[in-house]
Amino acid sequence: MTPAVPLRRTPLFDLHVAAGAKMVEFGGWEMPLSYQGIVAEHRAVRSSVGLFDVSHMGEVALRGPRAAEAVQRLVTNAVGKLDDGAAMYTVMCYPDGGIVDDCIVYRRAQDDFMVVVNASNTGKDLAWMQENAGRIAEVIDESDATGLIAVQGPQAVALVATLSGTDVAAVKRFRFARANIAGVPCLACRTGYTGEDGFELACPADRAPALWSALTAAGGTPIGLGARDTLRLEAKLCLYGNDIDQTTTPLEAGLGWVVKLDAGDFIGRDALARQKAEGVQRSLVGFRIDGRGIARHGYPIVDRSRPAGEQVIGQVTSGTTGITVGGAIGMGYVPVASAAPGSELTIDCRGKDVAARVVKGAFYQRG
Amino acid sequence: MSGPSDIPEDLRYTKDHEWARVQGNLAQVGITRFAVEQLGDVTQLELPKKGESVAQGEVFGTVESVKAVSDLFAPVSGKVARVNDALHDKPETINEDPYSGGWLIEIELAEPSQVDALLSAADYKKLVAEQQ
Repeated sequence: MTPAVPLRRTPLFDLHVAAGAKMVEFGGWEMPLSYQGIVAEHRAVRSSVGLFDVSHMGEVALRGPRAAEAVQRLVTNAVGKLDDGAAMYTVMCYPDGGIVDDCIVYRRAQDDFMVVVNASNTGKDLAWMQENAGRIAEVIDESDATGLIAVQGPQAVALVATLSGTDVAAVKRFRFARANIAGVPCLACRTGYTGEDGFELACPADRAPALWSALTAAGGTPIGLGARDTLRLEAKLCLYGNDIDQTTTPLEAGLGWVVKLDAGDFIGRDALARQKAEGVQRSLVGFRIDGRGIARHGYPIVDRSRPAGEQVIGQVTSGTTGITVGGAIGMGYVPVASAAPGSELTIDCRGKDVAARVVKGAFYQRG
Repeated sequence: MSGPSDIPEDLRYTKDHEWARVQGNLAQVGITRFAVEQLGDVTQLELPKKGESVAQGEVFGTVESVKAVSDLFAPVSGKVARVNDALHDKPETINEDPYSGGWLIEIELAEPSQVDALLSAADYKKLVAEQQ
């Protein structure tokens, strides 16, 4: 039996409930699934601006004179290319190349980095970071002290700008700046998880409700986890636990661009160097379903020309209705021979074979 | 009216959240407001064809929402007399109007006595209250 652990709540919990959100369990947290419906929320982000409570995500600081070295020990992307105010997407790997978590690393100062990790992995990541970098830098859990609100959509930058005294629009993609937003001291990061422009605003946890209220009053639409998932999938962004995990490597997941083998002696480098030299056996691809049907996480990808018992060649990792891009879309691992754009796939959707095609790049690209 | 308490008195129900509107020899079938709110936005449907047979308690189709896929269970046995094909182009009708425009199929009753085994509105109301 699983012991009953009380679900955790973000500082915005009461505001979500008051707004009529449908709350669900996610990674040990009680979070809004939707407020008015996933389709309407998805469209609000694509057409104007949406607000996401992502305070459940973990924030871990690494500090000290050897902080950069400590971060580089943990991540596959090149920490050395960051200057103050710069951020990068990366993964942390196990020695065998499997992924501990994907994360964004922010350089606040030469001796002060912030790593934002997935909510469901925060405990595991903290232990991992402490164990592997705790001797050369101070590893500090800032998760409980930090509120995090994502503002995403074509009008996101304008919305944040109206509430800010500083020129936030000057902050470039994957950079961040300190800014007062509606009187709340924030780290305004030009990052996101929707395929849209926008900011992720980190602020003191106790000030998050004031920031959220100001953003909604200024016209931002609250968006739940349901639309967060459909938005990120259209942008072909990976979700840990679905598309990537400890059994997949960044090279298999199409994240080779965050693996810089010459960045330093990071954990997993040897395994990834070997896999890169030998070539991967399988790849994470995006696909579209031609006819009716939606492929969901865990559905087998099959090759019916193979002998019975050997027909499963891969697995769907994410799938949904393309709310903006139309049709049914998804991602899954397939053998490299079937990974080229245009390759025909067959997906076993609950006992019914459905035809799909591998497509190149993100399903959605903002105009 | 919206909300899970939207349970019309004149319909019969299954524990799987389908409704049946029985008129003479025909039962019009759909899913309840409660089911629709659990599913969220419906995006695709798979329904039987006219003339096919369905059996009480057996799966006759599926409904896909953005969130999940669910089986549809036949409230009664019989031949499919009519299919609401307009839903394929406008599946959101199920969310907007589950008890009239969002009907799924009409079944020609094979055994009219099966209707007696369905839940009344009052019984279904209790079931929904327990599941909330």
